[in-house]
Amino acid sequence: MTASILTVDDSASVRMAIRIALSGAGYRVTEASDGADGLNKARGERFDMVVTDLNMPNMDGLTMIREMRRLPNQAGVPIIFVTTESDDGIKAQAKAAGATGWLVKPFQSEQIVRVARKVLGR
Amino acid sequence: MQDDPVAAFRVEAGEVLDEVEQALLDLGSRLDDATLVNAVFRGLHTVKGSGAMFGFDALAGFTHHCETAFDKVRKGKARASGELVSAVLAACDHMRGLLRAEAGTADDGAGAPILERLARSLEAGEDAPAGATGDARAGGWHLRFRLAPDAMANGVNPLALLAELRELGAGAITALTDAIPPLSELDVGECRIGWAMSLPAAATREAIEDVFLFVLDDMELDLTPLEEGDAARPDVPAGNDAAPPGTPVAARPAERIAEETVRVPAGRLDELMNRVGELVIAQSRLSQIAGHGEDLALRSVSEEIERLAGELRTTMMVLRMVPVANLFGRFRRLVHDLGRETGKQIALVTDGEGTEVDKTVAEALFDPLVHIVRNACDHGIEDDDSRRAAGKPETGTLRLSARQASGQVELTISDDGRGIDLARVRAKAEANGLLAPGAVLPDHELVQLIFQPGFSTAAAVTSLSGRGVGMDVVRRKIEALRGTIDIDSRPGQGTTFTLRIPLTLAIIEGLLVRVGGGHYVLPLGAVEECLELPAETDQRSRGRSLITLRDRLVPFLRLREMFGADGTADPYQKMVVVGAGNSKVGLVVDQIVGSQQTVIKSMSPLHREAAAFAGATILGDGSVALILDIGHLLAVAQPREERLRAVG
Repeated sequence: MTASILTVDDSASVRMAIRIALSGAGYRVTEASDGADGLNKARGERFDMVVTDLNMPNMDGLTMIREMRRLPNQAGVPIIFVTTESDDGIKAQAKAAGATGWLVKPFQSEQIVRVARKVLGR
Repeated sequence: MQDDPVAAFRVEAGEVLDEVEQALLDLGSRLDDATLVNAVFRGLHTVKGSGAMFGFDALAGFTHHCETAFDKVRKGKARASGELVSAVLAACDHMRGLLRAEAGTADDGAGAPILERLARSLEAGEDAPAGATGDARAGGWHLRFRLAPDAMANGVNPLALLAELRELGAGAITALTDAIPPLSELDVGECRIGWAMSLPAAATREAIEDVFLFVLDDMELDLTPLEEGDAARPDVPAGNDAAPPGTPVAARPAERIAEETVRVPAGRLDELMNRVGELVIAQSRLSQIAGHGEDLALRSVSEEIERLAGELRTTMMVLRMVPVANLFGRFRRLVHDLGRETGKQIALVTDGEGTEVDKTVAEALFDPLVHIVRNACDHGIEDDDSRRAAGKPETGTLRLSARQASGQVELTISDDGRGIDLARVRAKAEANGLLAPGAVLPDHELVQLIFQPGFSTAAAVTSLSGRGVGMDVVRRKIEALRGTIDIDSRPGQGTTFTLRIPLTLAIIEGLLVRVGGGHYVLPLGAVEECLELPAETDQRSRGRSLITLRDRLVPFLRLREMFGADGTADPYQKMVVVGAGNSKVGLVVDQIVGSQQTVIKSMSPLHREAAAFAGATILGDGSVALILDIGHLLAVAQPREERLRAVG
């Protein structure tokens, strides 16, 4: 079964880059334009993985991750956040919110595919 | 569910190997089929991954080589050949052998020739390894790790980590199960298993730590370089290899095998349903006998059978369920054609297509829905000019939606058309004698008159509707499904029909009541409340059958009188209030016996005229109880209510 991935980012171009990279690697990709939208989509469907930006309007990434972890249907779903900062503070915050891993911007398409394979194991 | 994960793994892996074999056999005749190559690879990967997790190291190690071979094929580095297929088929047999052996048993060496054959069969596979597990060379690493307990809840997949480690050449992977708490304290979402393994010297510390990139900060990781001659696993006691029974369920592999479907003729399902029905009847007899006796053993068997019969019934129901998507799909074409025929632009919007309903119900719903949809397209939605004049978008919208609510399916059909012309309904009803001229009736009751026999408001008979088949037929069909239909129409804004249909037709949850010497069943879904009829109301209400319930006058029927029951009435009469849609009626009975599963048997043609009954059922003691038709009782009570209201 194709793994299905939700990508949450307010920037359409970043979303597109992520979608092209992941769908090129054979994953099914669903897009959401901010945290509220992402959370809403996660309510309706269990994804195999979520890739999210942290800095977004409506609902920021940290809040979305925290809320997602409360959804019974998203328990144990890997959530990868995208960050430009390489400092450990934000990583610690995101992990405390329930994130699984991270990806540092800017990234190449191979990098995101590698992360997807890593956390999905396929 | 089995409680022993190792046993569950054996069954699961056996099934995966079956699928792998099938895919291999197909691959034999279609060597270039990438889907099949992937299927084989995935299957092998699953066996390898879960095998290691449950202590089947020899199996995992052996399977690893087959997986590697197929990974090469998958990545285009080697080509599938007939020789490869037969080598891997032979390998599958060997895997089954390893699977049957005790977990933790070492490979007996029988796999080595197969691996050599495998290596030979790979055209580009000169570097395929021939040895089995035991990769740990002199030197190398010993690795132990434990993840944070909440790791899995936060999306870390231990299987994926193990897979990465195996790519680095990890061998002799052992589960550390000592930190698993007793079953009663076990939180299945927590990861309490640790793993120990050996890694070859070729793997660098960075590469190993990179595997744990995301979890390094909050885990226990112990990576020690081994001196030449060190034992591969210094601190793992022998015999700890197998995951013991009671290993947390959360440790089960997350990968699932492909879902399979079997097509079965509907007739066989019906047959099965009948048998289940008979079983439910026999079971309720058994529990009655067991309940009266003193035999505790019998009683416990009877309870067991009651549970099983209940589960069987539920499973059976699910088998018969189909999504309404199929039903809705049939309307796309119809609405399209109707739009062309009437020259209107109509968009069909559907939602809740995943809602499931009994197949028979879905089929029986088609005709009534066609009628409602036709009416909506023909009379409801206006032509372009009228819509423009009314300030609406030119394209009319027809919405079909479905949802499940408390054991029922609710279907709504709504349009954004002109709504039903109440003045015309009134004129027509008065002309047909359905309504006394000038009678005062609230709008929502007036509009219900369209469900009366022989009612049609179409001024001109078109080819689409108005052929004398009216909404009364629709209502009759819905009621035959033990459903209800409601209409809500707003002038200028549109009309909405709401249909509520039970999920299944064959078995209902019923409320058993007694009137005189006879037993009757009321569908539990229709029961709103049960109460004792106060003696004074009982006395006072002779000839005036209305009771005030929460400030609302509710008509009631004395079933004793209605059915001409013999014997004297019980001193304290009970009342069961049943309702459908907006109307309610109280039914006065002698005794409320209790709720029970009721298998519906249809009445013989001889009894078809007895409209008060929807069917019959056989009780636990073998006697027959009649199932009351709520729609009919409501209809009987309604005129009385109006008469009484008129009197004041």
